[in-house]
Amino acid sequence: MRHTISLFVDNESGVLSRVAGLFSARGFNIESLNVAETLDPDTSRITLVTTGDDFIIEQVIKRFNNMVNVIWVDDLTDESRVEREMVLIRVQSKEKTRAEILRMADIFRAKVVDVGLESYSLELTGDKEKVNAFIELLEPMGIKEIARTGTVAMKRDAKNSNTDTGDKE
Amino acid sequence: MARMIGAEMFFETLIEEGIDVIFGLPGGYVLKVYDVMPKFEGKIKHVLTRHEQGATHMADGYARASGKPGVVLCTSGPAATNTVTGIATAQMDSSPIVVFTGQVPLPYLGSDAFQEADHIGITRPCTKHNYLVRKAADLPKTMKEAFYIASSGRPSPVLVDMPKDVILEEDELVIPDEINLRGYKPPTKGDPKQIQKAVDMILKSKRPIIFGGGGLIHAEATEELKEFAHRLEIPVTSTLMGLGAYPSNDPLFVHMLGMHGSYAANMAVHSSDLVISIGARFDDRATGGNFEEFSPNAEIIHIDIDPSTIDKNIVVHCPILGDAKLVLQQLLDALPEKIDKDRKEWRDQIKKWDDEHPMSYNQTGDKILTTYAIDTLSKITDDDAIIVSDVGQHQMWVAQFYKFNHPRTHITSGGLGTMGFGFPAAMGAKFACPDKQVVCVSGDGSFQMNMQELSVAVEHNMDLTIMLLNNGHHGMVRQWQTMFFDSNYSASRFGVLPDFVKLAESFGAKGLRVDKPEELESTLKEGLSTKGVVLIEIMVDCEELVYPMIAPGGAMSDMILGATPDVA
Repeated sequence: MRHTISLFVDNESGVLSRVAGLFSARGFNIESLNVAETLDPDTSRITLVTTGDDFIIEQVIKRFNNMVNVIWVDDLTDESRVEREMVLIRVQSKEKTRAEILRMADIFRAKVVDVGLESYSLELTGDKEKVNAFIELLEPMGIKEIARTGTVAMKRDAKNSNTDTGDKE
Repeated sequence: MARMIGAEMFFETLIEEGIDVIFGLPGGYVLKVYDVMPKFEGKIKHVLTRHEQGATHMADGYARASGKPGVVLCTSGPAATNTVTGIATAQMDSSPIVVFTGQVPLPYLGSDAFQEADHIGITRPCTKHNYLVRKAADLPKTMKEAFYIASSGRPSPVLVDMPKDVILEEDELVIPDEINLRGYKPPTKGDPKQIQKAVDMILKSKRPIIFGGGGLIHAEATEELKEFAHRLEIPVTSTLMGLGAYPSNDPLFVHMLGMHGSYAANMAVHSSDLVISIGARFDDRATGGNFEEFSPNAEIIHIDIDPSTIDKNIVVHCPILGDAKLVLQQLLDALPEKIDKDRKEWRDQIKKWDDEHPMSYNQTGDKILTTYAIDTLSKITDDDAIIVSDVGQHQMWVAQFYKFNHPRTHITSGGLGTMGFGFPAAMGAKFACPDKQVVCVSGDGSFQMNMQELSVAVEHNMDLTIMLLNNGHHGMVRQWQTMFFDSNYSASRFGVLPDFVKLAESFGAKGLRVDKPEELESTLKEGLSTKGVVLIEIMVDCEELVYPMIAPGGAMSDMILGATPDVA
């Protein structure tokens, strides 16, 4: 099963290797991993997406809790949450595809962030499915390069509604 | 506050932490630490080992015998990589050691400088935590954290990497009084709700058994365990690591369980209706490895300080996170005044199993059996002697035939199974407990892996006995080849072995040899009563096999009791 795990860790060198090491030691692959500073510059937040046996993931989370550098861990998998990722895509733009690319970007509310003689670079934010759908539609035009951030996730405020106010198409 | 260099801060902090002995070997990047060391003479004793692996095992043996953290000091690169086996050994058996390594100066990190290795990266999976110190001012605080992490919660090794420029840097010495690690809060007392649940389970149980592990020894919970077992009249069995936590001469003791455990202990765990595990982790050697068929009719209470051991191998009904001593006190407090227990039938059954297949041997022929040698050792050593075994057949026979009645008297590499651990660990134990009788029980295979440390034992005028059981083989390898590989003895026999008596003599130790059963006891007595380092080489029968045995992956009720089975 796919798990989205959120970790608050000390913002210092080596912490990421410790976290990743628990997965490699079990032969698990990390699907995506995102790290950045939080409001407190001494703390980083890691969002990690992986697929694996629930039983083993539970063990891994317990081991995260044992790590001196891990302040707090949460498996968001069964929680109501918001998940987003951002992607940058450089797509070939030929005379006959240019308008189509821009139309597609408009539908997905993607932004054009760079324009070259033979390419457009687009920026899109959304959940994984939306990002995948956008990539799939652009593929026939010729994607030259792609950079994805991987998922970032947050629990929803329990008091508020459960509806996604995001820009799902 | 005094100004000083990192090297001096190192010793000041060690003294503040109550450390009085360190095990190590000098070299390149730690030379300044060794340079200032004579200033601290009288406060800190340095044991110059002949190999860094020896140093880590000595520190480990010291920690296991004393309960205090063992300290290693060595240089970078090969010295640091030599400590890895010792660190992994300590980690698997939850032993608190702190390893200090020298490192190339910070600006050279990652440049493939002479004797550079990534100590932090290499030891990350086998330490509880490790540190690269970046400035001298941080060293005392880091060391304090390292000792706290190593010895609190589930004890484990910690490594502190000290670059040469940090060792040389001058600053104010500030040793903090308190440490606060926001990501590290080890459990102490158990959850009262779980305690109550456990008490209810215990009171309704008809066939309970206590499954004690090494955690009882780390928590120093022997007295609480005795009271708990006696008040409830619950039989006690033990893992290899738990031996000594409960006296083997107590009528409730059912001896060791597991792959080479007693028939009675394994049958009792298999047939019980309530397993109360305290400080054990249900590993494959303790349970036989068939986790599905483990104690099929029992509910399980699992008391442990490490949350990651809960539900790891065996899914349990009542986990209690906490320190074994504190949780046992809580359980004792929660028990009713009057307990309605009728254990006669259960205890009779266990007694019957023990009578059917007791631990036994039959010393008849003209070759000495290792079982006989260890049984004899058990009879003639002090009640509180520390017995440090190595790894292999002799290790299992020590566990089976030596009668351990006190915690911290049985020291062995249980989890990692590190051959070569025994001798240096025995020396560490002797440094920790100089007034106790310490015996290293080793084999010809294991002893050859760290025998260089003989010179250290002689140098320190240790009273130490080495009982070297020579069967000319890697005995346990040979046993598995006999049982599971159609007696195909591939690479298990030694073509050449040293003359161990002459070897001991060449180091300045005393060597004795015995090969006749009738001379065994007198030779052992002679060795034990001789001052100094004595190596007693006992020529033993290589045909003897360790029984009972649960074949790997088997259930606990599924024991091979004696005869060699047919192997397809």
